[in-house]
Amino acid sequence: MTGTAMLDITGLTHAFGPGTGHPVLDDITLTVDEGELVSIVGPSGCGKSTLLRCVAGLIRPTGGRVVLRGEPVDAVPDGLAVVFQDYSRSLFPWLSVRDNVALPLRRTQPGRAQRRAAALDALSTVGLTGTAQKYPWQLSGGMQQRVAIARALACDPVLLLMDEPFGSVDAQTREDLEDLILAVRQDRQMTILMVTHDIDESVYVGDRVIVLTPGPGRVRADLPVDLPAPRDQIITKELPAFVRLRTEVSRLVRGQEGGPGSPADRGGAEYWGRDRNRSRAARASQE
Amino acid sequence: MSRASGRLAARWAVIAAAVVLWQVWARQQGSSFFPPPSAIAARMYQQWFSGPASHLFLTPDAVGNVLPSLGRIAAGLAIAVVVGGVAGVAIGRSVALSGYLDPLLQFSRALPAVTLVPVFIALFRLGTEMEVATIAFGTVWPILLNTIDGARSVDPVQMETARAFRLPGWQRLTKLIIPATMPRFFAGLRLSVSLALVLMVFAELAGSSNGLGYEMNNAQSSFDMTWVWATIVLLALLGNLFNLLELAVEHRMLGWHRGARGRVP
Repeated sequence: MTGTAMLDITGLTHAFGPGTGHPVLDDITLTVDEGELVSIVGPSGCGKSTLLRCVAGLIRPTGGRVVLRGEPVDAVPDGLAVVFQDYSRSLFPWLSVRDNVALPLRRTQPGRAQRRAAALDALSTVGLTGTAQKYPWQLSGGMQQRVAIARALACDPVLLLMDEPFGSVDAQTREDLEDLILAVRQDRQMTILMVTHDIDESVYVGDRVIVLTPGPGRVRADLPVDLPAPRDQIITKELPAFVRLRTEVSRLVRGQEGGPGSPADRGGAEYWGRDRNRSRAARASQE
Repeated sequence: MSRASGRLAARWAVIAAAVVLWQVWARQQGSSFFPPPSAIAARMYQQWFSGPASHLFLTPDAVGNVLPSLGRIAAGLAIAVVVGGVAGVAIGRSVALSGYLDPLLQFSRALPAVTLVPVFIALFRLGTEMEVATIAFGTVWPILLNTIDGARSVDPVQMETARAFRLPGWQRLTKLIIPATMPRFFAGLRLSVSLALVLMVFAELAGSSNGLGYEMNNAQSSFDMTWVWATIVLLALLGNLFNLLELAVEHRMLGWHRGARGRVP
């Protein structure tokens, strides 16, 4: 954690549709340091997935810039890997688990044997030794998402983007996968940007939590998470600091002012009361 | 397992019972229009399968008529698979192409292929070329339209995954678009295989100097109803054989598809 900027987002604005269209992101400015794990949390429809796609170079934003390691992003950059939410659709069902993981390596590694070795290595990192010959659909949801994580890790990315990666697995699996990400990060010193709608998760895994306002998304708050490492699903979540942060994030996501002594809060009061339906939807999305 | 095999046995028993009933009924009637299955089977054996072992027991008649028909079906289907498959993927993946071509394709598909036989006769004269053209033109539509649909509806999440992992264009085609299109391609091929047999018989009835359609014409004009029936039964058997072959290939190629669908309905 050298503290140099891995990712620099300046004035990022995006709207879908022609002209000014339907605004999704409004003037997002954000810096992610090397080795940091930053959670982005916000109610449904706040544009957090769009933000991630702009960083990945999958969407060209209508305004602002994304700079990765000093290079402006205008196509999918080198050294970046993505884990999508919908693992059952992002893995290719006609390829075995091993071939799914090895596929992105074809561009960089000409040798088939090396690619396979790298794939098996990545699979063992996520605890999936012995499933290489299976097809993704023969595995449980949690295991499929592990395959997707292995596919991302096999590329040896400097920046890992995760779009609500654990949104469709059960609670126990989710906790296991959160710990897997923390362990992998510890080992590989990767920078991770993770979008989630789960407030506990955002605090538990993050070094920082960025809270976005409902659409169009703006940065409502940028909270440092000062929880001791290593984190533990039971011990960490009992800490007063965790509970305080979770409450804080929860308030911010629901559009209320932060509690006493809360960090910068932009536009919360203006939002509150303007659209109660949205904040109900935000509560529902936390289920 | 035993229930499944029991059901299978029951199905075959129904077929066997139908044949026996037909035999009894035809024997009683003694009509020359409806010969009993035993006579048809004997005629089939004598006509096509009583040749020397060195010719795989095929008679000269089988070599002269059955094999050319099979060859025309294979050639026609091969053209349809290549044209329909390649054009289907290209049109399905190109918004501009499919926008321009869609009305034309929908119109052409509705055109019964057999109506073009006179045109093909004029173009190619009587014979193999005309027959292959008829089969190819008739069977290309189900393959083409299904492939277009399959290529068009490749899962956007999978396409985005390919972009995020920067798969080069060629790999995007061979590792994503083509495999994702395969289930629809095979759905089209299944239809085309059945169509091919119909078109083959029709084209050969219209004008040919050999083949099963030609043989049927011969049998009919010599008032040999047993021979006509033998040809009909042979065509039915060939139709079933083609279906089985197609299913076997499909089974092999689309194992993942059945598996994935079984898991996620």
